[in-house]
Amino acid sequence: MPPVAPRSGDAIFASVERVNAELFTLTYGAIVRQLLTDLEEVEEVNKQLDQMGYNIGIRLIDEFLAKSNVSRCVDFKETAEVIAKVGFKMFLGVTATVTNWDAEGTTCSLVLEDNPLVDFVELPDTCQGLYYCNVLSGVIRGALEMVSSYLNGRLGLSVDNLVSMKTEVTWIRDMLRGDDAFEMQVKLVKQVPEEYPYKDDE
Amino acid sequence: MQFFGGSEISPSPPVPTAAGNNAHMLYVFNRNGVCLLYREWNRPLKTLSPQQDHKLMFGLLFSLKSLTAKMDPTSADKGNLGVPQLPGQGCSFHSFRTNTYKLSFMESPSGIKIILVTHPRTGDLRESLKYIYNLYVEYVVKNPLYSPGNPIRFMMLQGIFPLLHIQLHSHSLVLTLK
Repeated sequence: MPPVAPRSGDAIFASVERVNAELFTLTYGAIVRQLLTDLEEVEEVNKQLDQMGYNIGIRLIDEFLAKSNVSRCVDFKETAEVIAKVGFKMFLGVTATVTNWDAEGTTCSLVLEDNPLVDFVELPDTCQGLYYCNVLSGVIRGALEMVSSYLNGRLGLSVDNLVSMKTEVTWIRDMLRGDDAFEMQVKLVKQVPEEYPYKDDE
Repeated sequence: MQFFGGSEISPSPPVPTAAGNNAHMLYVFNRNGVCLLYREWNRPLKTLSPQQDHKLMFGLLFSLKSLTAKMDPTSADKGNLGVPQLPGQGCSFHSFRTNTYKLSFMESPSGIKIILVTHPRTGDLRESLKYIYNLYVEYVVKNPLYSPGNPIRFMMLQGIFPLLHIQLHSHSLVLTLK
């Protein structure tokens, strides 16, 4: 029997190595500040943060799997729950809630009431288009791309359609723009079946 | 000497000693079939080039996984035999044993495959494989010089190998460098 996936990341959070929250927040702030200086365009900074997150995500997934003992999620709903309850707790020390499922079960929102990345942060008028936490959306995109999941049967696909998850993550609400919480919309867009990587005549 | 009904098949390799070197080979593959790491401790016979060898090993696991899932009597949904499976799909096997070696196998949901070929009398190595996966996470994935998807260069492994010296849990398996 595979180990049952933990429903909460508290135990793991207690056992992993941690850094000072302020150091973390300020380091991230310094990175964003430096990107703004280097790239000048706010749009470019958003892209760069997303790319950085993606690169983090494709590595972070292995650490997550190794430490959390999560074996496999049966569907995208469970995946979202595990990210919100275990993943966020393990790496950010906070938990998110999953809401706003669409009818197909392919789109949902992760809501963060509390976000350690944005302590001490205020967006100046010149940076209103900046998604300050865009690194998080990249992390989720990258991490999910490395694992596979059953698609919800309601899409009319058989359960054999086990896929690598390509997702789109967009920000719906942002506290730095005056909203009451952070809300990320995670949309499962594309499925990439795995193939035997060698050709017969190689 | 027993001729019939003996449980041990002759010729059987020498029984492992507690502090002996029981591991033959270690493979680490990623989800694309790239052999990230190959290490051998005891492999007198080499007939294939390393590329062919890695391809053969990956192909063996690929087919065996497909076969075990196909034979699974407890599951209703079955893919066609030979159709590629995704990491984590269907059931999976942990190890198989021949008269001369035992192959232990672990696959993470992200598609990292870790294979240890050891003496046939080594016990359950699932914990050890998990331990190696943790080492992979700590020393390879978290290494900023490593770019994902590439074979692990040996320089970086100097952090890992001393750790493989550590007797892996209680399975009487000791991996040593030489």
